[in-house]
Amino acid sequence: MARTTKATASTPRTAPERLGVRKTYKLYVGGKFPRSESGRTYEVTDTKGRFLANVAQGSRKDAREAVVAARAAQAKWAGATAYNRGQVLYRVAEMLEGRREQFVAEVVAGEGLTARQAELAVSEAIDRWVWYAGWTDKVAQVAGSANPVAGPYFNLSSPEPTGVVVCLAPQRSSLLGLVSTIVPPLVTGNAVIVVASEQRPIPAVTLSEVLATSDVPGGVVNVLTGFTKELAPPLASHLDVNALDLAGAVGAEGVVWGELEAAAADSVKRVLRPAVGRRGDDAEPDWTEAPRPQRILAFTETKTVWHPKGV
Amino acid sequence: MTTTASTAGSPFEYAPAPESRAVVDIASSYGLFIDGEFTPASDSGSFKTVNPATEEVLAEVAEATEEDVDRAVRAARRAQEKVWGPMPGRERAKYLFRIARLLAERSREFAVLETLDNGKPIRESRDVDVPTAAAHFFYYAGWADKLEHAGYGPDPRPHGVAAQVIPWNFPLLMLAWKIAPALATGNTVVLKPAETTPLTALLFADLLRQAELPPGVVNIVTGARATGSALVNHPDVDKIAFTGSTPVGKRIAQEIAGTRKHATLELGGKAANIVFDDAPIDQAIEGIVNGIFFNQGQVCCAGSRLLVQETIAEELVDRLKARLSTLRVGDPMDKNTDVGAINSPQQLARITELTDAGTAEGATRWSPDCELPSSGYWFAPTLFTGVSAAHRIAREEIFGPVLSVLTFRTPAEAVAKANNTPYGLSAGIWTEKGSRILWMADQLRAGVVWSNTFNRFDPTSPFGGYKESGYGREGGRHGLAPYLIEGSTY
Repeated sequence: MARTTKATASTPRTAPERLGVRKTYKLYVGGKFPRSESGRTYEVTDTKGRFLANVAQGSRKDAREAVVAARAAQAKWAGATAYNRGQVLYRVAEMLEGRREQFVAEVVAGEGLTARQAELAVSEAIDRWVWYAGWTDKVAQVAGSANPVAGPYFNLSSPEPTGVVVCLAPQRSSLLGLVSTIVPPLVTGNAVIVVASEQRPIPAVTLSEVLATSDVPGGVVNVLTGFTKELAPPLASHLDVNALDLAGAVGAEGVVWGELEAAAADSVKRVLRPAVGRRGDDAEPDWTEAPRPQRILAFTETKTVWHPKGV
Repeated sequence: MTTTASTAGSPFEYAPAPESRAVVDIASSYGLFIDGEFTPASDSGSFKTVNPATEEVLAEVAEATEEDVDRAVRAARRAQEKVWGPMPGRERAKYLFRIARLLAERSREFAVLETLDNGKPIRESRDVDVPTAAAHFFYYAGWADKLEHAGYGPDPRPHGVAAQVIPWNFPLLMLAWKIAPALATGNTVVLKPAETTPLTALLFADLLRQAELPPGVVNIVTGARATGSALVNHPDVDKIAFTGSTPVGKRIAQEIAGTRKHATLELGGKAANIVFDDAPIDQAIEGIVNGIFFNQGQVCCAGSRLLVQETIAEELVDRLKARLSTLRVGDPMDKNTDVGAINSPQQLARITELTDAGTAEGATRWSPDCELPSSGYWFAPTLFTGVSAAHRIAREEIFGPVLSVLTFRTPAEAVAKANNTPYGLSAGIWTEKGSRILWMADQLRAGVVWSNTFNRFDPTSPFGGYKESGYGREGGRHGLAPYLIEGSTY
């Protein structure tokens, strides 16, 4: 899938050597690629305003179906061994590596970076995927504990996935930011619904293609493209969603993150708020900074199990 | 008032064994504790707190206005910035150790006052509430100078001013759960105790003066809903810790949405206590009784839904009824009392309404034969059989001494029924089979899983819920996280 940047204003006078094959971009839900049930698409351009693609404009109903798919897949993903989840996630990184050049081209087109900058961003995204893959079988050791209670009891606390997590992918960083938000909840066994960057959705669509041919079970990651202001509210108030990552509420047209957080309160959802910028404003983080496990832990619950000791 | 045992005709008669109330002096009126001083409310407003076992008025307590709350928050801010924040951790630790020791020293006074103001049996306030409260200060004292080793980053920083709102079911214990980790991490506190049980918090304020804690580090504002709302919504509060009902927790989460205030919420529960046919029955019976009748069932993690494997349901219910018949209901100040008074007339009305719904919806109601005192707020231990998952008594939190019995056939069915609730605070499993316990513990969506035991608490052990039971954990290393900027994820 290359950039379709040829000017369309005038019809070529002579037949081209080869006519490019244009692609129809779709949603990724439950391991399948449906069109939006609404039948709508919207136009995505590069940073210079040139046409890139028509992308599916997901609807509220698509969002609800994504929740159903995520819920159906979550228990099995959480039930897989941590070793297995690590292998599956690492395999995705391998496949991303194979598509490096495509991602670089897409990041150049969508984010307006130089080829060199885009290469760095894509490399960092792949390396970050690897970093998180390595956490699956370590997070319980680091975040769990054996509790020395004052009595004859075995008492152990361990982190567990919270369930179905909705990520608003960062609006600016279309691949590195995307990876930095969706992988942390996957580490512990959550299922994810991600609303792709509204203006820069193409790396997310390509990532769907990677996931579809990877070992990640269908429904564990669901990718919605469309308008954040249309997709985020029904997901924020959905009773079967357990948590919300609001990173992509920053810079999304018509979106106020406080309203989404207020909607989430009705079912006591866990909410990861947007980062605070240097001037105290809401900001999209600098995703090139070293990641920390806090993003994993934001989407976990601590379970404590007691049992008497005796003979 | 006499202890009304339901053991009429039994050979086991008890002589009354009342605890003396002479160990504690109750003043006729109390002010707010702000910046190290007791002061009246700015509009001189006050309310009464009564002994729920007798309806006797114990004291008049100041009702904090918005202005008072503002004064308390400003005092807390000053103390945080000038004294408590800059203080080395090891010095903060010593204050917390002092508080722990003083609580233990004055434990009898606190236990008696707690029982008078709350209605819980003296046996529980003396053996559980007060010692566990002291243990929390002792535990978190030791963290104050070790925070950089807690796993929340090399430079752990407090939020600043913590607003803490606590319920009436464990007034002193909840105060300890809230204040100890907040102070250990370098935050200062404005705490609002529940309007029906403010007295032990005010006695605690007196203890803080004895410990010479710097003024403003802990402020206590008494009042009802308006006071709590003023505190939670105060613009200069950085962190909110709330324990109480799910509807109020949701309202708080809504009110602080879009702000940079962090919150931990410990909300309601509807715990399943699951008994398999191979369970150690005698222990299970004791666990069930402790699970739902401890503190008159006014416990967020109470085992209010008993799920029994069908093959033993009949036998278990018979034995449970026999055991309930030996519970001694009555004077909370009597050391032999098992079940005391319901905390308030409002709470009693709520329990009555829900149990009436249980009967109306077709469940079978049973209570041991017991005579309740004529004054005060009382509810006999109650058992419902023939309960279906659709009944209100199986779905809504009753917060009283009411147990609903449901049955199941397979472990998978038990899991499905146990998880079929918007709550996820606690659960119990009773079986001799270890592999089944571990499998069940994995499947249950609850923050605390007690296997072959119930209602155990310890300062080193994290406590908190899944789903609508709230977020964040209290206790243990995990309990530090919400009070540190680096640890807060909500």
